[in-house]
This record gives sequence, C-alpha cells and structure tokens, in this order.
Amino acid sequence: MEIIFNGKPRELKAGTSIQELLDQLRLDCLQVVVEHNHNIITRQRLAETTLNDGDTLEVIHIVGGG
Amino acid sequence: MQITVNEQNHTAQANETAGSIRDRIKTDADLIIVNGFPASAETVLNNGDQVVLIRRGEVPGVDELDALLTARHTPGVHQAVKGATIGIAGVGGLGSAIAIALARTGVGHLIIADFDVVEPSNLNRQQYFVDQIGLPKVYALRDTLARINPHVRVTACHLRLSPVNIKEVFGHAQILVEAFDLADQKVMLIETFAARFPDRSIVTGSGMAGFGPANTIKTQQVASTLYLCGDGSTAAAPGTGLMAPRVGVAAHHQANAVLRLLLGKAPEDEA
Repeated sequence: MEIIFNGKPRELKAGTSIQELLDQLRLDCLQVVVEHNHNIITRQRLAETTLNDGDTLEVIHIVGGG
Repeated sequence: MQITVNEQNHTAQANETAGSIRDRIKTDADLIIVNGFPASAETVLNNGDQVVLIRRGEVPGVDELDALLTARHTPGVHQAVKGATIGIAGVGGLGSAIAIALARTGVGHLIIADFDVVEPSNLNRQQYFVDQIGLPKVYALRDTLARINPHVRVTACHLRLSPVNIKEVFGHAQILVEAFDLADQKVMLIETFAARFPDRSIVTGSGMAGFGPANTIKTQQVASTLYLCGDGSTAAAPGTGLMAPRVGVAAHHQANAVLRLLLGKAPEDEA
C-alpha cells in the first residue's frame, strides 16, 4: 500500500502502525508532532493507529530552545 | 461631517484641517495622529477620520489613555485584536517577548502560564529585569505588561503545564502560542491542545539557538492547524546557546503569526 508521508508517496507494508513507521525511521516520538489525515494525534495513540492505503501522514520534528 | 477626536465623536466642517480641530479641542497638543499615522496641521480631514491629539510628556488620565495608546494602531487592526484571547505556554525567551509584542499590539486578553522563577541566567535573552530576580516569571511579566499597557487583561498561571491542566488553563485561548524550552514538552503541549481543540491554531517555536543568520528563521504551516517559527533544526545545546537576537527574531515571527491569524490572513505568505 502507499501513503503520503511528508508530502511524498511512500510504499508501506499493509497493517503498519504509526509507531512502527516511526521506529523504522528511528524517530523519537517524544520529539515529533504527528498529523494523521489532518488531525494531530497524541503519542498514546501512535501504536494503536494502523495506517491505511491513501492516508496522509505529516511528521514534524521539533527541537529544543526557547 | 463626523470624525472622532481622542475616541470622542465630533462634528467637523467640510474640508476642515487637522490643525483647526487641534485649535478648537486641544490647543496645547503638539502631535496630531490621523488614522493611525502622524499628520501635519494642514492635513485636510475627511468624514469618518480618527484624529488623536497628544501633548508630549503629559501623563493622561485613565479614560484618555486607551485612546492615546491606540493612536498608532491601524484602526481595523485594533478592533480585531482587542477582543482576542491568546494563550502563551512558557514565558522564557520566546514567551516573554511574544507577550510584550502582543500587549503593545493591543491584544485584549493574554493567558500566560509558567512554573519558573526569574534567575540571573535568564537575563541574556528573556524580558525580565535584575530587580525581578526570584519572582515567578508570570507575575514579573504581568507587572511589566501593566507598565506597557494597563488595558490588556493578563491571566497569570504559576504552574507546571501538563496533559491534565492544559485544556483548563487555555480553554478560552482562541490561539495557543507554544513557547517552551524542551522539545518533548513542546510536543506534549501541541498534541494535548490539538486533541482537545482540533480547530484552534497553534504557533510553535523550533530552531532559534546560536548566532546563525537571522534570515534562516521562517514561519511555515507544517500541519492543518500548526505553524512553526524558527529554522527548524538548530537546537539549544552545549556550544550553541540561546541568545537574545535569534530568540527575539523567532519570538516576533510567532507574535506576527498570531496577529495575521487574528486578521484572517495566512501567517506564512501573502496568498
């Protein structure tokens, strides 16, 4: 199946959860904001949310300082 | 024709000049503002003009102060911002500067929240003073904001924000400004607020440490309701400290993004 990841098509194994994708990409869920199909979701829901064909996912890396 | 002078309605003759109005209403005024911009005495007024007459150095009464403070605001802008409630999470380098910019712009209500107290190490970039060391930052900032614009209502919350209290503290905030220091806290705030208020905009700061070029700091829409101000990558780290210039640039990107959202404009471009 194919999703749109940060604006670009990306092939993915069916049934992959968002957490599994973040793990594959070595992204720390504590440092990224995840928007799934135009809704920002909390870190508690990353493992339970399975990606489907045609989904859009934006992963925004946030760095410290302020 | 009808004009306003220091926010009071007045009838003026057709083609009457600003100087004529001054001579009739406030002879000793030495500064004339017409529709938010300084004007000469010869300026011919039009129906509906907003005139403010100021005597420099004169401390006005409370009633007159609001009109004088707003004299330099573009009239349509002031109307749009004075009814607004903006939440600011964290009042360190980013949040203290953002609060001051929004107060000067005339935003009517600011909700500021932070658990920290003012320390000497904050003074390299945060909008506090030596005589405020030891005070909770939200109370020190509330005092400073009152000195700038006493008509801005400030709700100061001295607490540590968490997933439990964020929706309560910022329940009335139509836009949330993320101005924390630590990345995981920034993410926690954004996802908690977005989950509870999915239609409200969030303006976050990410990437403003060091002394790299100011021009790399940008405002971008990175999700449906999330705007990111910063270079996106320069984290605070040993050898790359937070300094007043770039933190100030990022903070004012955030404040301007809030202003543009309040005016119904896209923060990131003219489209």
